[in-house]
Formats: sequence, structure tokens, C-alpha cells
Amino acid sequence: MAREASIRQIGVRLSGGAQKSNIAQRHVIQQLAFALMWLAAILTVVVLLLVVGYVLVEGARVVDWEFLATPPRGGLSAEGGISTTLVTTVYLVLLTAAIAAPLGIGAAIYLVEYAGEGQGTSGLTAFLVSVARFGVELLAGVPSIIFGLFGYALFVVTLNALTGGFSLLSASLAGACLVLPVIIRASEEALRAVPRAYREGSLALGATKWQTIWQVVLPAAAPGIITGIVLSVGRIVSETAVFFVTLGGSHHAPQSIKQGGRTMALHVYYLAMDTRAFEKAMGTGAILIVTIVMINLAINLISRRLTAGLKGR
Amino acid sequence: MRKFVDRGVQYVLFLSAMGAIFIVFLILFFTARESIQAFREIGMADLLIGTVWRPGQGSFGILAMIIGSVLVTLGAIILGLPLAVGGAIFLAEVAPNWMREIVRPALELLAGIPSVVYGLFGMVVLVPLVRQIPASRNTGFGLLSASMVLAVMILPTITNIAEDAIRAVPRQYKEGSLALGATHWQTIVRVIIPAARSGIVAAIILGVGRALGETMAMIMVIGNSVIVPQPLNDNPLTIVLSQARTLTGNIAVEIAYATGLHESAIFATGVVLFVLIIIVNSSARLLMRGEAT
Repeated sequence: MAREASIRQIGVRLSGGAQKSNIAQRHVIQQLAFALMWLAAILTVVVLLLVVGYVLVEGARVVDWEFLATPPRGGLSAEGGISTTLVTTVYLVLLTAAIAAPLGIGAAIYLVEYAGEGQGTSGLTAFLVSVARFGVELLAGVPSIIFGLFGYALFVVTLNALTGGFSLLSASLAGACLVLPVIIRASEEALRAVPRAYREGSLALGATKWQTIWQVVLPAAAPGIITGIVLSVGRIVSETAVFFVTLGGSHHAPQSIKQGGRTMALHVYYLAMDTRAFEKAMGTGAILIVTIVMINLAINLISRRLTAGLKGR
Repeated sequence: MRKFVDRGVQYVLFLSAMGAIFIVFLILFFTARESIQAFREIGMADLLIGTVWRPGQGSFGILAMIIGSVLVTLGAIILGLPLAVGGAIFLAEVAPNWMREIVRPALELLAGIPSVVYGLFGMVVLVPLVRQIPASRNTGFGLLSASMVLAVMILPTITNIAEDAIRAVPRQYKEGSLALGATHWQTIVRVIIPAARSGIVAAIILGVGRALGETMAMIMVIGNSVIVPQPLNDNPLTIVLSQARTLTGNIAVEIAYATGLHESAIFATGVVLFVLIIIVNSSARLLMRGEAT
């Protein structure tokens, strides 16, 4: 019924215009409209090339091996390279992933395998699960500075004795909150894509539910889950606001997780805003863009293998 | 033994599933707890409609920042919308495969570029350009530069979601319209876009949410003066050259050294931003749910 009604509506909408314009005119209008849309798409690509090209070309002037291998001098001087910020970025990515990945993957496994469609949960558990789903959705929309604000209040100030205040630990805890929804969503999707027959086969062979998940479902879902983790690595590398208010900004490399530092992205900010050292900032930005491009390539490679693998089966 | 492990694992997994909601709770709890002093001592009304923010003299009004955030977002939408919606229709309906293979990765990369890099590009390229516009007190830093940067940043969000909405329109609608003799373009304008309308609007709203939450790039190009944006001279259009500060910028710039009531007022800024974003995102979600049924 509804479809009939809307098809009739379509007919009404069409007859209004069709009478007025002849066929040639209609084609001219269409060509014009499509040309504008081509323009929009081409502009999008041009904007990308402009931003990326400018930063890479300007950045290439200062980037060399020495730039990568010397630590920044710090203070208001723009001397030195970015070695310690590279190290801090790697530390932060590893620590954040170590915190967020187990939690996120665990949550996704529960949501899909134990509380998914057709699973009999009732009462309080069902309510908590729907609340948790809502929580993931909510977290995904929260702007990063709110995670920063919260991380500052909880990890930097309240738990100062445990985290050392502005530190790698505070920053990666706040960062983990930021990327948790990314990991949960990607893992959920990957787990859902595993065919039911895999689970049924394993259960029929006498494996317990957990054995089935651990030895059959997780290996099959691994590429999708890894994509989620790589995505969140990209988020951490490019995120600035959260770490601006939790990581402290020291230009030294942290010696322990209780010490602060600055990531490459933060270094770009400090160079541009405090020192006005735009050339060095461009150099650091260029390294950032190269990193992000490599991360995107990795994701595309994994997902291509994933689709190829599923087709092969 | 296997049964025992099975049970134990289930509890551990259940706890991690509760992690997300626990974090939401913690965020709400801490921002609320820290902001309560501000709401109590300054008062909800003075905080929300006060235009003077002078922490040193005990003035904490965030209206200027609210207006700054809204105006820069509006600017970004005006600049970005034609590109985003045009691009979405193009990708879903018009583009040949090879062009799609170029535009898609381009959008992916645009979405992945760190916001500080956009901010840096804005400072080095856009701000000097905008500074060329002749007007007294035009520094180049301000709403126009910030809106241009922001427009590019929200482009991938809007384009991707709008494209999905257009693709979700049932084939029969399109085929029915084409069979009735409509051109492809007439079909797009009179059938496909109306059918995908709520999804496209949801995409724009999500873009607004993303724009309101952007922090670092805004700090770098908007100038950060706490003023209600005003035209620089008799020409009302020069309002776009006015400096401003966003809610997000207010938090990031001042939190590290704020203490006492000032710190509490920063958290109150966070609460206002959080509420704004929740309203924006839930209305988008409602729209998309309407689409699905």
C-alpha cells in the first residue's frame, strides 16, 4: 500500500515538470546539473591535494634524517628535530591500545555472542545490555575535548598520586575512552560477519561456548578486529585536544608511564602557536600525514584481504 | 572445569561490556561535580547569557563563546554543504566507477588528516589570504578563516552519511520514475532526494555535531578573543572577519591554569557543550531511525 501511494506521488511530481519542458531542454538542464556535481567532487579532491600537497612540499624542506633523529630543543626555540615526539607518540599508541583493545574486544564479544539477537537474556541483564549499547553510541558522539576535560579532572587531578598527574598513563587512559567506541563497533561488525555455521559446527563437536569463541569465532573475525585497532591507532596519532590537557607537553621523552611528553600532533600545535616556527611545524605535519596515509593503506589492505577471504570460503 | 571457565569468562566479558556505560557515567559524574560550584555561585542565567568573560574579575559569562561556536558552525555548513551534498549525489548516482575510486579514498584521507594539520594550513595559507580583505582591525584570524577550515573538516562526515542515505532509497522508486519518462536528473531531484531527505538532514546534523566539537584547529585560526562577533565597520558582512572563541577553545585554552571558581566555570562550559552535542546527535539519530522504518 505504502509503495503504491509513493509511486503515485512520484507520478504526480513528475507530470508537473514534464509538461513544461521539452526533451532537449530537460537534457540541457541535466547536463548542467551533472557538470556542477562533477565540479563538487573535483573540488573535494583538489582541496585534499592542496592541503596535503602544500604540507608535504613545505614539510619536505626541513625533513631529513637529522630532523627525525634529533630531539627538539624545547622552550621558545624551534631548534632541533622531532625524535622525542616520535617516541612519545609510539609509547602513547601502544599504551592506549593495550588498555582499550582488551576492553573493547571483550565488550564486543559479549554484545554479539552473549547478548546478540536470539540470545535469551532477560530482566536486569537485558536492561544493562541495552544501556551499554546506548553508552557506546553516546561515547562515539562525544567531542574529544570533553574526554580531555574528564581525563583532566579524573586522571590528572583526582588520581594524581597514581598517575603522576600530566603523564603518559593519564593521557592513554583518556585516549582509551576516546577510541573505545571505535574498537567496539569494528569488532561487533567483524563478529557479526562470522557465519553461524562456524559456531554451530564447533558447538556440535562438543566445544563449550568459550572454546568456540576463542578457537573458531575470534580467528575468523580477526582481520575486522585488527582493522578497528588500526583505526584507533590513527585516531590517537592525530588526536590533539585530549592530550593537550592530559599529557603535559614536555619536549623530553617520558622515562616512565608516570611522566608526560608531547606527541607529534601536539608538537605541531606548540610549534605553530607558541613559537610560530611554521617550517618545523610543516615538517612535523608532513610526517603526520605520511603516517596517516600508511595507516589508511594498512586498513585498506586488511579489509581487501578480509573480503577476498570471505569470498574464497 | 570447562564449565567453570565458561562461566568465569562470561562474567569478565559482561564487565567489559559495562565499561562503556561506566565511562559515560564517570564523564557525567566528574563534569557535573566540578561544574556545580559554577552553576551555584554564578547562577545558570548569568553563566548562559552573560557576555563578559573576565576570570580575573569574577565575570563568567559564556554567551560570547556559545555565539562563536554557533556562528563558525553555521559558516562551515554554508560553505561545505553544496560540496558535501553535491558530492554525495555524485558518488551515489552519477559518478563513473573510476571517479568513485578517486573520490572515496580522498574523502577517507580528508577525514584522517589531524586537526592540527588543518589548523596549521589555515594559519599559514588561509589567514594571510583573508588578511588581504581591506577592513580596519582585520587580522585574518576569525570566523571566515575558521569556517573555511571547518567546512573541509566536516565534508567527509556529511558526504559519507548522505551518500548512504541516497543509496538506501529503494530501486523501484528510481525505476518507476525513469519508466515514466523522467530524465535521470528529474528523478534525482523529485524522487530520490525527497525520499532520502531525512537521511541527508541527519548527515548535516551530524556534521554540525562534529563542527561544534572541533577544538585545536579552531584555536589556531579563530583568534580566541572573547567577544560577541560584530561587524568591523559599517558593512555588516565584515562580521565574518571578526575574531571569536568557541566553547571548545575556551576549555582547551584555559583549563590547565584555571583554579577555583574559574576552573568550575570551565567545566560548566564543558557541560553546556556536552548538552548541545547530545541534543544535536540525538535529533540526527531520531531522524535516521525514522528513515529506517
